[in-house]
Amino acid sequence: MDELIIGGVKLRSRLFVGTGKYADDRLIPAVIENSGAQVITVALRRVDIGSRQKNIVDYIPSDCILLPNTSGARNAAEAVRIARLAKAMGCGSWVKIEVISDNKYLLPDNQETVKATEILAGEGFVVLPYISPDLMTAKRLADAGAAAVMPLGAPIGTNRGLKTKELVQIIIDEIDLPVVVDAGIGRPSQAAEAMEMGAQAVLVNTAIATADDPAVMARAFAMAVKAGRMARIAKPGQESHYAQASSPLTGFLTRGVV
Amino acid sequence: MLVNGEEMDFAADTTISELLQQLNLNTDRIVVAVNMNIIRREEYTMILTAEDQVELISMVGGG
Repeated sequence: MDELIIGGVKLRSRLFVGTGKYADDRLIPAVIENSGAQVITVALRRVDIGSRQKNIVDYIPSDCILLPNTSGARNAAEAVRIARLAKAMGCGSWVKIEVISDNKYLLPDNQETVKATEILAGEGFVVLPYISPDLMTAKRLADAGAAAVMPLGAPIGTNRGLKTKELVQIIIDEIDLPVVVDAGIGRPSQAAEAMEMGAQAVLVNTAIATADDPAVMARAFAMAVKAGRMARIAKPGQESHYAQASSPLTGFLTRGVV
Repeated sequence: MLVNGEEMDFAADTTISELLQQLNLNTDRIVVAVNMNIIRREEYTMILTAEDQVELISMVGGG
């Protein structure tokens, strides 16, 4: 059986989706349904007291796993605090560690991320750290008790695809934890590519949220993730430099004809 | 007291529950921190003082 188990949960989908950047949050239920996603990311912010906007959680089916991120955290201590706040809200114990102090590329601070992971895994959180793809960081996160590692494909929200492909491949090949490619995936073909490489899942937000038709794009991503995973299991054939004929090289009709 | 960074006036002896009620907030979807300490729901009877810094936090869309 091809199963993905994270934090003791057998997940029904290898596509995780984010809930940010929607032109209208009312699009989210159809996106979640079409994506088949079970793991859904959210963020924590101060309540906008005057606003009567519906809570994001109202758009997320109750059988989904909420994966709150620690966006806004600039160091390990802030990430730990946000994670604890999320847990206190009563939405489970999963957390995506996101520690960022670089505003231009939004690249994560791997060192602070390891520190936060050690603390939160020790408190029983299911920790999914978002990292720049670096093998040694991934090893340290595994030792620290992370439930998965989430290397970026390209900077957040850029839709540029797997710019870090070779470094992500090394993590996939060398780390026993599930690898979830997060950030940068802009098209279903790129999600399929990540899955063919052996990623256990992908997390997609911007590519779906900013598509002209998010619900249809969600379905396209769901199909691509399944296709990529099937291809990985089926083990692609060898590449070669020169042509290898696909039709027999015997019995040609032109042989002997002058 | 400071609520989410803004100065707000409440009657003396206002509890956390009362503050949430007055702000018309659904307590199920909110977590409260007072002076950086996370407050459990069982402790919402706690009386706030004018010096307290209250944070009301909820989930929003994010990636």
